[in-house]
Formats: sequence, structure tokens, C-alpha cells
Amino acid sequence: MTANQLSTHGLDLRYGDRLIVGGLDLVLPGGAVTAVVGPNACGKSTLLRGLTRLLAPAAGTVALDGADIHRMPARALALRMGLLPQQPVTPDAITVEALVRLGRYPHQRLLSPWSSADHQAVEEALRRTGTAPLRDQPVDQLSGGQRQRAWIALALAQDTDLLLLDEPTTFLDLRHQLDVLDLVAALHSEAGRTVVMVLHDLGQAARYADHLVVLKDGQLAAAGAPADVLDAELVKSVFDVDCRVIPDPETGTPLVVPKSSAQRHPAVTA
Amino acid sequence: MPDPRPAANILRRLPLFVAGLCALAVCAALSLALGARSVPLSTVLDALFGTAHGRDAIVVTGLRLPRTVVALAVGAALGVAGAVVQGITRNPLASPTTLGINAGAGFAVVTAIYALHLTRPVEYLWFAFAGAAAAALFAQALARRAGDLDPVRLALGGTVLQLVLLSWTSTVMLASKRSLDEARFWLAGSLAERPLAVLYPVLPTLAIGLVIALVIAPALNALALGDDSAQALGVPVSRIRTAGGLAVVLLAASAVAVAGPLAFIGLAAPHLVRQLLRTSDHRIVVPGALIAGPLLLLTADILGRLVIRPSELQVGIISAFLGAPLLALLARKVAR
Repeated sequence: MTANQLSTHGLDLRYGDRLIVGGLDLVLPGGAVTAVVGPNACGKSTLLRGLTRLLAPAAGTVALDGADIHRMPARALALRMGLLPQQPVTPDAITVEALVRLGRYPHQRLLSPWSSADHQAVEEALRRTGTAPLRDQPVDQLSGGQRQRAWIALALAQDTDLLLLDEPTTFLDLRHQLDVLDLVAALHSEAGRTVVMVLHDLGQAARYADHLVVLKDGQLAAAGAPADVLDAELVKSVFDVDCRVIPDPETGTPLVVPKSSAQRHPAVTA
Repeated sequence: MPDPRPAANILRRLPLFVAGLCALAVCAALSLALGARSVPLSTVLDALFGTAHGRDAIVVTGLRLPRTVVALAVGAALGVAGAVVQGITRNPLASPTTLGINAGAGFAVVTAIYALHLTRPVEYLWFAFAGAAAAALFAQALARRAGDLDPVRLALGGTVLQLVLLSWTSTVMLASKRSLDEARFWLAGSLAERPLAVLYPVLPTLAIGLVIALVIAPALNALALGDDSAQALGVPVSRIRTAGGLAVVLLAASAVAVAGPLAFIGLAAPHLVRQLLRTSDHRIVVPGALIAGPLLLLTADILGRLVIRPSELQVGIISAFLGAPLLALLARKVAR
């Protein structure tokens, strides 16, 4: 049994008249970390919106373990799938702990009090993301990296088996990018979460993902284990970049090294 | 192990809630005692318990008691409506006025005075309510996109609608001197000469609006994270916004029907709560505005009775006079 498996069948996603993702058939394996990569405007983020019901498909279906997510009650879906959007809105003067507590929304009813399960989930989320010492600080006064961890903590407090992250490393420096990705890796290995994330850096995607989905112009260019799909030919056809793909000296995963530019290093190119 | 923190949160704020209620009680007492004819508090108490007679007692029970009760209800409605409209638009400068509620009521009342020759505020009630509700619903229809309210369009559309209605109102008022005279006082917003009976017809709408506001308060907290995050948390975003819009219409239209167009109470009350209680949690801000709204309105009303005694300034003028600097201050803070 593969639980927490997202799949799309003949998925069309449109903004108005513009077709962004067309006829996509995709299986995102449960229990794995999947990275969605592709050039700008290839439909990565749009696909993530379609997978999380933020965007209704113009045609086709999105299914979670076989059940159409667009036919599930909003709360039922929120108990199974959490999302960190690309640019979430931080309410004025909200503290880290208050923000993370909002992750318990789908677990609460109007007149039910804050339960010990709610408490434990929030404490666990703060601990895992290392934001417990920041719990009383206003979120809008945190650094970019701290803020991203606070938002991930919110998604963790939601306590879903499936976690979707839209470019979680954008605007972060290298140290904080690695912190976020290591956190994701730990969530997968220690807490058994299924993760789907949109990433820009191919090397990071290859290092941190079990499964790679490569999109181009809203179509599937390749999908599979990074070592199987990421090669020079794919990078050339999808990103229009000449490169060599070598084993990462640290991890052995594929590493994309662009060919040198004639303007910058004429000697090497010649 | 049950978690002590949320309980502690509420307990920590309980003294402030109690302090707010005490301040409100003091204001209500002052409202009964002060005015063109000041009455000692002991006489106020005697009058309330029916043991005093004479002119002072008649002033207290016949005029000031209804006026104070109306102020409590109207202030509460405006405060809660302000908290909800700021929540559903995620805009700290939004208020019922932004939705064209006051302008809609004003236009309807002036037209009714002109066409139907009405003369007493009590007769304006349903025209004001209908005008306010129609304007607010129209503003929300303008802002509707793909089955949801667009917060930016709501603020823009409401402001434009407000300007159009104000110009129409001026046109009607200039068309006849009589409607101008009659409407002038109503348009300034006042609590004077409102018998308790004006409140009865709007009690159901006030109650329904308040219940909706309290029920959606937790969802407004999630909505503050942006539509995407709220939806990912299982909040039915468009339904919550529609329900919130309905609550604002019911509350603010009732208030304006009773007291005329009062600006600034709806804007200021939620901000007062957020500043004093240092929280943006709608489960606290909404009930807090229920106390802060009448507190502000009563204070303005009492001041209005004192500044040019034995005559009085209308509460709408005083609240705008006090509210305008507050608005400027807020705009500075938000822009920062």
C-alpha cells in the first residue's frame, strides 16, 4: 500500500484563458521527498496550487490515494495535507507561538477547548524547527531564515502526513537554505512525512529529493530518481544550458556544472 | 496533560476586560448624570430605582437612559463591524464607512425626506437601514471576483461608491431647502431624542450580526495569513468572507439606522483593543471591540453635551473631531 500518494490525471490548469499546465499525468510517490524543478514560468508553482486545491483544474483530476481532492471537504483535506505558500502574509505583531498555533485550526471545533494534542503538536513543531527560543518574538521582526522556520513550524503543527512547500529556500542565504533543506530531510527520515517541494537549484534538488519532477512549458519533461533523469541532455533541452553533469563529490548525486562562457574564460573554451 | 497557556492567556487579559467593563459602567453613569442639566449621581440612582420624582428624574429616565442604552448598542455594533471588516479585508484602515454604509444611508434618508416629506428621525429608520445595506451589498458585488471578495477591490469599489452617493446626496439636498434643513442634523449623526423604541426593530439584526461575528472570529485569524494559507488550513475562505460581509451589513446598517452616519467608531474601536491588549487575535479583538465601541461613542457623546453647554454638539461631529487625528496616527504607523 502506498499511502499519501498524490497523482494527477489529464490535469489542465488555467489562469483565465491561459493554459499553464496541460494534460499532465503524474504520480508523486508517497513516503518520499519529491522536488519539482523547471525554468521560470514553466508552471511549477501553478502545479503546486493545483495539487493543493488553491486552483481548480480546468480539466482532469488530482487524487490523494485515489480520492479526488476537489471532492473532499476542506477540513478533511487540511488534516492530510499542509502547505507553505511562496509568499505568506504575516499578520501584524503576531508572535511565533501564536503563528504556529494557527496550524491547529483544522483540528479545532468552535466550542472545543485547546487540547493536549494541540499543545503537543505546537511544542513539537517549535522544537523541530528550532523556533522554541523565539516563541514570544513578533514574527515580523525575525530574520528571513528564522521567519521561514516559523512558517514551516506552522505547517508542521498542522500535523499532516503530506507537506507541500513552494520554493522554501528563495530569498535565503546558503546557510539558511541548507538549514531549511536539512529540516525537510529530517521531517522525512525521522517523522516519515511525505514532502513535495518546488526548488530552483538543481544540485540541491538532486541532493535532497528521492524523486525529481522536471517541468517545461507546463508539460512533464522527465520524472524519476535524480540519478536516473538528470543528465546534460535534459538540462540542455529544458533549461537551454550547455553543461556537464558530474557526481557530486560530497554525495555522489548528480551535480550540474554549466560549460564555461567564451566571454569570461576564452582560453578554457578554446 | 492539559495545557495551561491558553487559559493563562485569557486570564492574563481578564483584568483588562473587567477594567473595560468598569470604564463602560462609569461612562454610562456619567452619561446619565451629565448634560445641559447636571444631575447628582445619588439622584440618578434614585431615579433608576423609581424612588425619585420631579424634573431630574424625568430627565434621567425619560431622556438620558434611552440615549445611553442606544449609545451602548450602536457603539457595540460599530465596533464589532469594524473589527470584522478589517479582518475580512486584511486592511487595518477599513471600516464600515469604507463599504459605503454611511453614504448609502445618507442618500436614502435625504431622498426620503425630499420625496416623502418625512420629518422625524424615527421615520428615517428603515430608509437608512435599506440604503446602508444596499450600498454595502453593492460594494461587495463590485468586489466579487471568481466567487470571492477581492479585498483591494472592496476598498476601492466602496470608496468610489461612497463618493458617488455623497454627490447624489448633495444634489438632492440642494434641490430643496426644506430637505436640506431636515437632513443636516440627521447627517451629522446624533443620539439625542432617540426613544428606546427605535432600538427594538434592529435588535434581531444586531443579534444575528453579532453571533456571526463571534462565530467566524477564529477563521479570521487564519484568514490573516493570506488566502492561500487559510485555504490550506481548511478555512472555506470565500464563505467566511461572505459571512463576514453579511455581519458587517447587519451591524453597521442597524447602527446607522438608529443614530445616523457615525464615522471613526468602527475604525478606532478595533485598533484601541489591539493596542491596549497587544494582540491581533480576533477571538479577543471582536469581543474587545464590543466594549471599546460603546466606550468611545459614549465618551464622545458626553463630551458633546459638555463643550458648549447648555447647547450640545452632535456625537458624529465629536467622534470625527477626535477620530481624524487618530486616523492620521494610524496611517503613519501602517506606512512605517
